[in-house]
Amino acid sequence: MADSIGPELKINRANGDECVLPAEEIRKDHMKHLNHQRDDTMYDGIRTKQFSLKECINCHANKDEEGKYIPVNAPGEFCQTCHAYTSVKLDCFECHATKPRDTAFHPIVTDKMKAFVEVHETPNTKSMLDAIAIKNGAK
Amino acid sequence: MSQQKINQYRRDFLSKTTATAATGAIAPGVMLMSVGQAQARPADKAVTDKNRWGLLVDSNKCADGCSDCVKACESENAWGSGSSDEQKSDAQQKAQWIRTVTLKNKLTGSEHQLPMMCQHCEEPPCVDVCPTGASFKRADGIVLVDKHICIGCRYCMMACPYKARSFIHENLHDQAPEVPRGKGTVESCTLCVHKIDRGDGNTACAEACKHQAILFGDLKDPNSAIAIEMKKHATTQIRADLNLNTGVRYRGI
Repeated sequence: MADSIGPELKINRANGDECVLPAEEIRKDHMKHLNHQRDDTMYDGIRTKQFSLKECINCHANKDEEGKYIPVNAPGEFCQTCHAYTSVKLDCFECHATKPRDTAFHPIVTDKMKAFVEVHETPNTKSMLDAIAIKNGAK
Repeated sequence: MSQQKINQYRRDFLSKTTATAATGAIAPGVMLMSVGQAQARPADKAVTDKNRWGLLVDSNKCADGCSDCVKACESENAWGSGSSDEQKSDAQQKAQWIRTVTLKNKLTGSEHQLPMMCQHCEEPPCVDVCPTGASFKRADGIVLVDKHICIGCRYCMMACPYKARSFIHENLHDQAPEVPRGKGTVESCTLCVHKIDRGDGNTACAEACKHQAILFGDLKDPNSAIAIEMKKHATTQIRADLNLNTGVRYRGI
């Protein structure tokens, strides 16, 4: 039943079919989790991925025909669709990036970063982007 | 087990496990000491005051006219030339997380340059004056702005003796995913906090400096390169008279 409520969403299934929580839960409570995570990250440097806004964007940013990312707060995109439907202002993206970092400015990738990634399997920005690009057939 | 035995057991256990964050126990009594600094902290563990991150800048090595550190910061944190935003702001208004400053000794005429950024004070004046608590110091000594509660009053900009903070005057769209920035809030050098949390063990400016003029490390770890260097040579705090105990130290000024 829950799936028939509200507007139809553009969901990128290339990154998997499951959200970090069951859909009913994340629909209702995403801001609770994001706000909690935000303070943990800001003050304690805790950067777990489950409720990280950055990871939401990595999964939910769609690409246009030219393969460029569309901001998640653009009309018809993942975040904006429901927020427009429910008339709830979307504040996150006054500051936060609305798409994964793809083109112009690659960070410097150091040996230490590579070693860290090998041990912890936490992709740095560049390799994460490559993985996303490969998944989406851009490479 | 008697109380005394329990206490003895606890004492042994604690003495073996609490030595340093960089120490791993292979078996009881056998310790593996790591020489390296900046051990990767698990993503779900909070930062502690066991570390204090800082920079040591050697202004003798800093080459005149070079601005690699500034460019690297711009690109890493997506401000200035690293972003397509802030087209309407003038030079006075634009973001400035790090800048190069040229010092001239009027007596001898000698000139040298150094990079200037947030000094990550132990007693930060910006935190003292912040009316909302947005300006704060993390347990590991990094001074940050919580932009979720910053109201943009800019008291901190007035309080900072190093002119390290800037205010964002216009809407932005081209932020880096790990570095949120937005109109109406104050910002400054974060000591590449996202890189530290990721375990890179370096800042963008220090990585980019081909003259090795910037050294990043843990001031509290006596085995870190920065602590060894600071023990060996005389270093200076800028405006040491203010007793702020800065995390950024200089040599050769």
